[in-house]
Amino acid sequence: MIEIRNMSFSRGSRKIFDNISLDIPRGKVTAIMGPSGTGKTTLLKLIGGQLRPDQGSIEMDGNNVHQLTRKDLYQLRKRMGMLFQSGALLTDINVFDNIAYPIREHTKLDESLIRSLVLMKLNAVGLRGARDLMPSELSGGMARRVAMARAIALDPVMVMYDEPFTGQDPISMGVLVNLIRSMNQSLHLSSVVVSHDVPETLSISDYIYLISDGCIVAQGSPEELKNSSDPWVQQFIAGQPDGPVPFHFSASPLMQDLLQE
Amino acid sequence: MLDQLQLTGQRVIAVFARLGQATLFLYQIIMTLPGLMLRPSLIIKQLYSTGVQTLLIIVVAGCFVGMVLALQAYYVLVDFGAEDSISQMVVLTLMRELGPVITGLLFAGRAGSALTAEIGLMKSTEQLSGMEMMAIDPMQRVMAPRILAGFLAMPLLTAVFMAVGVLGGYLVAVHGVGIFEGVYWSLAQLKVDFYSDLMNGMIKSIVFGFVIVWIAVFEGYDSVPTSEGLGQATTRTVVHGSLAVLGLDFLLTAIMFGDI
Repeated sequence: MIEIRNMSFSRGSRKIFDNISLDIPRGKVTAIMGPSGTGKTTLLKLIGGQLRPDQGSIEMDGNNVHQLTRKDLYQLRKRMGMLFQSGALLTDINVFDNIAYPIREHTKLDESLIRSLVLMKLNAVGLRGARDLMPSELSGGMARRVAMARAIALDPVMVMYDEPFTGQDPISMGVLVNLIRSMNQSLHLSSVVVSHDVPETLSISDYIYLISDGCIVAQGSPEELKNSSDPWVQQFIAGQPDGPVPFHFSASPLMQDLLQE
Repeated sequence: MLDQLQLTGQRVIAVFARLGQATLFLYQIIMTLPGLMLRPSLIIKQLYSTGVQTLLIIVVAGCFVGMVLALQAYYVLVDFGAEDSISQMVVLTLMRELGPVITGLLFAGRAGSALTAEIGLMKSTEQLSGMEMMAIDPMQRVMAPRILAGFLAMPLLTAVFMAVGVLGGYLVAVHGVGIFEGVYWSLAQLKVDFYSDLMNGMIKSIVFGFVIVWIAVFEGYDSVPTSEGLGQATTRTVVHGSLAVLGLDFLLTAIMFGDI
């Protein structure tokens, strides 16, 4: 479904991705994991055409995302849904109108039909009763679920989740984990989950890419990664504070620093 | 010396690069205008927030400016026994200069800063990115209605400012210092030319309105998505918008009324 080939991307002099290639197959949950600041969210923006790679290609169903005209890119985005880390809900309209917004913009459906569609989407995330609330009245977990309902409003074929579990309480996290998995199955979606929450992501993913320093350092099924002998993978999966990724930021020895005037 | 020269060169290039970005941004917005015409409700909503919500400050300021103008005119003209000409001075000053300029300055401070803050906040909370990923063009849905509404609101606000200013002058001249009412209105009518005074003032207001909303919307869209970045963008809107109004006022006055 998505093919990324030899893609490089830099911000100023900092290289974010260096010649990476990966595939996101149809109907599966693919996870992109890695430490904070490795460019996981940037990868989603590159797939969505919001950023342009320095070299290489990103294709969705054979269409090179970055060679499309503006009009064609917007057509392609109708087939993508994206859950932003912040939710990105429009703050001046209520929950119902947030879900109805993309439907009203892109279709000429009757308002009564739009109402039914919105209520079905909200029911899928368990927030039908919260339709009249404003985004400022929602908890973090509820806002993510509303954003999830909005991401599937246009019945996309692929949904990208940007850090869906960050900052969630255990109950909300459990709800989100179940929702991502169940929506993927019931709606036959292709899901891309960007996260650094290891247990939750391992529990729902079919395939995982581990990214660090602009490269894919490991990939495989959750079981393969759990059993990997690579010390970097083990440190990341087990959440060890020290290892190949050092606890201390590069600095001179402590004693030397302390004795310095 | 060479370092200073290099630094100055870098700054000049940065200014022109930013101007180029702003022009491309405007071009993108203009390209979306035909589609926007099919959605007049978007423009009407923005007309309310940029125009109607700025109305109060315009009315209050217009009234006081007209009153002060009449009072100052009286103090000067009474020495020459020409106090009957108060209305002429009030009306011409308001229509040619103070109407568009003060409305422009107030508009930059009230509506311009609000536009920048709103769009900047939409950017920092990823609402604009969210719209893009929903295949909704924020240029057409967010930027263009605000630009068009500001462009339409500014001449209307200027007209209100002028009208209220003339009424404020009337209060001071007729009920304050005792100028005959008929003299006030007849001289105001007699000495004002519809095209060279009123229309030139309105043309100025259209230019000011366009430049202010362009600056305001671009600064919001281009702001650094942090609280500090948003504050700086809002400040830049007010400073650049106000300076642009004053600079363009000189240029337009020279073209309209002078031989430059």
